[in-house]
Amino acid sequence: MSAAENILEVKDLVTVFDTDAGRVTAVDGVRFEVKRGKTLGLVGESGCGKSVTAFSINRLLPQPHGKIAGGSISFEGRNLAGLSVEELRQFRGREISMIFQEPMTALNPVQTVGKQLAEAILLHQKCSSREILQRSVELLTKVRIPSPEVRLQEYPHQLSGGMRQRVMIAMALVHKPKLLIADEPTTALDVTVQAQILDLINSLQTEMGMSVLLITHDLGVIAETCDEVVVMYAGRVVERAPVAEIFSSPRHAYTQGLLQSIPKIESVPKSRLKAIPGSVPAIETLLPGCRFAERSGRPHLPEHLNQRPPFIEISPQHWVEQCPVCVA
Amino acid sequence: MPRLRRMSLLNVENLKMHFPVRGGILMRALKTCKAVDGVSISVSEGETLGLVGESGCGKTTLGKAIVRLYQPTDGKLQFEGQDITRVSQRALRPIRRDIQMIFQDPAESLNPRLTVRDILEEPFLIQKQGTTAERRQWVGELLDKVGLASTAADRFPFEFSGGQRQRIGIARAIALKPKLIVCDEPVSALDVSVQSQVLNLMLDLQREMGLSYLFIAHGLSVVKHMSDRVAVMYLGKIVELAPSEELYHNPRHAYTKALLDAIPVPDPSKRRPRRLLSGDVPSPIDPPKGCAFGHRMKHPKWEQSVGMDLKLEEISPGHWVQKCPCCVD
Repeated sequence: MSAAENILEVKDLVTVFDTDAGRVTAVDGVRFEVKRGKTLGLVGESGCGKSVTAFSINRLLPQPHGKIAGGSISFEGRNLAGLSVEELRQFRGREISMIFQEPMTALNPVQTVGKQLAEAILLHQKCSSREILQRSVELLTKVRIPSPEVRLQEYPHQLSGGMRQRVMIAMALVHKPKLLIADEPTTALDVTVQAQILDLINSLQTEMGMSVLLITHDLGVIAETCDEVVVMYAGRVVERAPVAEIFSSPRHAYTQGLLQSIPKIESVPKSRLKAIPGSVPAIETLLPGCRFAERSGRPHLPEHLNQRPPFIEISPQHWVEQCPVCVA
Repeated sequence: MPRLRRMSLLNVENLKMHFPVRGGILMRALKTCKAVDGVSISVSEGETLGLVGESGCGKTTLGKAIVRLYQPTDGKLQFEGQDITRVSQRALRPIRRDIQMIFQDPAESLNPRLTVRDILEEPFLIQKQGTTAERRQWVGELLDKVGLASTAADRFPFEFSGGQRQRIGIARAIALKPKLIVCDEPVSALDVSVQSQVLNLMLDLQREMGLSYLFIAHGLSVVKHMSDRVAVMYLGKIVELAPSEELYHNPRHAYTKALLDAIPVPDPSKRRPRRLLSGDVPSPIDPPKGCAFGHRMKHPKWEQSVGMDLKLEEISPGHWVQKCPCCVD
């Protein structure tokens, strides 16, 4: 339970955006911990605040609109919110690295892979050009890119989606970070390539003893790669538990609905799926109380809608936002 | 139980869709991109044929060629017995009533400057059907059918969520009471909880209206859930075609097996070591000789497939597979 076991502790994080229509709260009191050497999955639908949570941790919120309005993010006991720009620069890449969904937009299209890797290496190290070349080849080999010397001379558009994501991973791992934040790393890829990339992240993690915060909307990916799962809905964590527990005994109505709504390969063809009615509520219309009320199909009393349900540990390591209606 | 042999609605025979790759100063055609290279499939009345494959395998091109958004290079397209491969755009117009399409991204396939009413009336206007009052009524009925409020008619596409927009796309596709709808990745852009709503809607409409679907997607679990039969496509060719359950329980082609194996299973108790597929789909511009998948797998028997005429063979009733020495035992 100590800080030594947790590499990252996010406590009651609140992230807001100032828009023309006023201030909106994208992340509303989120808390979770990432354990050393483990993978935490952050799952939720678009707009639930999972990417904003990641951007808050790495302090990549769009400026000047986005800011952290409350809570704390501590990494190995240091509060990240208090770091200066220069300290952050030292911090990123060495302690925490991030990979993004679409490697084509995250890589620079007019520079070769080699140049971009060199930039990442030189960020925290002084190296001769020979050393850089050697390190780059090593890195590309590590992410299993065939004929790395040739690839270094190429531009991102000459690579396939899977290869680009490997280059991104190589860049993120240059300085052996302790935590890797992967924001939908395989969403843009084919299933076969997705399997390769997840396998790669997994084996690099074991090899380097790295922790991973994996953000995804795909419950299949969660089931196959994570140790613990945080389910987010409309800016809040509704449930959090070890991976086996989330899938075997989900407690919140939203988690249950989500698990039931995915077509499973063994299901009977053309049978009706259990769907969650309605769609994710707009961020401006969020209620202080249970936010899943409208879609749950269960009648909520006004007090459930107006009062934020407590986030409690319902059984060991299994936390849930205890709306008395959604958690039966 | 013997199944009734349903009438074949769409027949595609040895369809080829090649594109010239231009280059040089004179922009001459230097090479050919064989996006679809000899595909034969058929869709019966009321049936859903799933089409699955990785990106770049030609599944979208095949869909577009079937609705004649492309002029096929070679082969034959038959709809209700009528050859529509080379029919002129004008002569196609009445046929278009019967073949419609749903696109992947409803945000891009709906005109942002038109209200939902304009969008849904357009098919009727093109086909010169109904009076103003009738069309108004039809739009109301369509919205009701896809589960949207009648007040939606006077709003613009951007006012809707992704799932609702796809409902509008579906309403437009069913407006003229078509017989066949080509659905190109209809739920890939949607969230999980909304995806199942849209899939349910498509199943309901199929039952009510007796629609046939060609359901194109890259996710095998979704395709299997929606389809009676599934065709697996690789590099412009169908490598396996079988009834959904059969394909899932008894896949014969190595590529189908690899696809099935790569699907992440949403059940942590079933974690298993995977046989990982290496490499990417090769380019259809310079496809490898012989069996393209065996080449990717670097299969020792791949060389035997070079020069072979690889064709789909029926290995058990309704189960077709492209037999080659490297991919099929």
